[in-house]
Amino acid sequence: MSGGPGLEFEVAIADLESRIAALERQTDRSDATENEIRELRMELVNQLRDVYGSLDAWQTVQVARHKNRPYTRDYLNLAFDEFVELHGDKHFGDDRAMLSGFAKLDRFKVMVLGHQKGRTYKERAACHFGCAHPEGYRKAMTKMRLAEKYQLPLICFIDTPGAYPGIGAEERGQAQVIAESMFMMSRLKTPVICVVIGEGGSGGALGIGVGDRVAVLQHAYYSVISPEGCAGILWKSHEHAPKAAAALRFTSKDLRRLNVVDDVLEEPLGGAHRDHHQMASRLKTYLSRTLAELEQKTSDELVDSRYEKFRRIGVFLEDAS
Amino acid sequence: MSTVDTNASRAQAEAATNVPPKKRGVPEGLWLKCPGCGASVYKKEVEQQLNVCPKCEHHFYVSAVQRIEQVLDAGTFELMNDHIRPTDPLVFTDRRNYADRLIGEQNRTGLSDAVMTGTGMVRARRVAFAVTDSAFIMGSMGSVVGERLTRLIEKATEQNLPLIIVSASGGGARMHEGILSLMQMAKVSAALARYDEAGGLFISVLTNPTMGGVAASFASLGDLVFAEPKALIGFAGPRTIKATIGIELPEGFQTSEFLLEHGYIDRIVTRKNLKTEIARAIDYCGK
Repeated sequence: MSGGPGLEFEVAIADLESRIAALERQTDRSDATENEIRELRMELVNQLRDVYGSLDAWQTVQVARHKNRPYTRDYLNLAFDEFVELHGDKHFGDDRAMLSGFAKLDRFKVMVLGHQKGRTYKERAACHFGCAHPEGYRKAMTKMRLAEKYQLPLICFIDTPGAYPGIGAEERGQAQVIAESMFMMSRLKTPVICVVIGEGGSGGALGIGVGDRVAVLQHAYYSVISPEGCAGILWKSHEHAPKAAAALRFTSKDLRRLNVVDDVLEEPLGGAHRDHHQMASRLKTYLSRTLAELEQKTSDELVDSRYEKFRRIGVFLEDAS
Repeated sequence: MSTVDTNASRAQAEAATNVPPKKRGVPEGLWLKCPGCGASVYKKEVEQQLNVCPKCEHHFYVSAVQRIEQVLDAGTFELMNDHIRPTDPLVFTDRRNYADRLIGEQNRTGLSDAVMTGTGMVRARRVAFAVTDSAFIMGSMGSVVGERLTRLIEKATEQNLPLIIVSASGGGARMHEGILSLMQMAKVSAALARYDEAGGLFISVLTNPTMGGVAASFASLGDLVFAEPKALIGFAGPRTIKATIGIELPEGFQTSEFLLEHGYIDRIVTRKNLKTEIARAIDYCGK
């Protein structure tokens, strides 16, 4: 799969990809053509290694937001053996920006929650581009309770620009539900694994982000505020988003260094959007291994170590005086 | 100030001699114009009424130190964990270095960070008490605010103390400490969940302004949630919402009264009644 609609730092890559595709379309290929294809492929791999080996923070954001990047629904199709969608928050509505349901992964029966962005324009509009409303977080909480009651491990896929900012969202308690959701997750008596698969946008991400293990895909990001929002406030203009992105230290490397995430899942060469299957297979391996690890623990051990894990996060000075 | 015998008050006194702290909402001078009713009101009279307009009850800004004096019995506050100090883990620079900004804010406000935590008495009832100050980087929560609150909540859990947190945090989670600030929301909420399991009583008091990551964590998690009249309280900033949906926001949107109407707070409590209301709630909950 090619990278699809181009990112500005991928012009040379896109050019190589289209040249290869054009040559491959020829039905009767000469040896010379085959050679050319082989050489172009090697060149492509080199280019991808170069570019993706040193993405800066703003480029990472572009990759994390890529239109062909696999979403929660894609991983449910590719990494899981079954998905039984469960709708509704039993309160107000069914938020399409928050997917939930039973799922099977190898020998494990689990509950999956995840932000969903939508692929087509129609889907994206229905999902509010992955920005959940309060009913999304209430939906998530009803499924968390269900998971705990029936001892199903909970898997959360985080992929949101942020919780929806709107009149209805405020009227229905956006702040309240995010707070309640973290509060609930911190005490859930079942294993919880959270994976940031694309955008980890602020409170809307953390609302389903309190887990025993928190992982992030290599080119995903996880931030207190969007780079545009930060630039608007601190630089007084959205145009400074690339500067804000660098300042916020939110790439997978930074997150690991700051002890905010436990694991970084390597993406296929050129990003997850180039190979959904390979990414899904790596994710599956990680989830399966981690589920096996966590099932060894009692629910009390899980809750205690989850508390300690978040308890340790923060950097400050503490002098003895 | 005499009721708060602490490092912070000493620092505040020192700072006052060097740089006069700018008080937001209460400009210098004998008279001030009330943003609530537009009347010119005598500053002394406002101060005597706990920084509330005598004409229209507009609630002006109060500092963390003033809030402690207003809510706790005189001389009972014992400051905790003031030795936990902010640093600059991301080496964050916007148009100014965060490290410099911190020093500037400390000198200007006399506070070491945006929250003061400790224990004290409310009409002879011992409580764990915290208050954020909107003058210090918008009262935003970074690692220090998160850590101090968590230690306070853990102490309240161990000692079975009622917990009062007064929020004045328009800045939510502090951008300058990036993801570490975001994670404080989870850390403090997790501490509150343990406190709740242990049967603790948490009274959250929302004041102007309480937004973003503070509203979306501890401020919304009270067993009881009180709010001062006409405070701005919400998740997303009004400008962000306007930019997203492109229409004018309704009158009174994201005020205490709006939240009461929509069912998110228990009571609107005026400043002069706050101490009495807290004491009474503690008595009802048998603490």
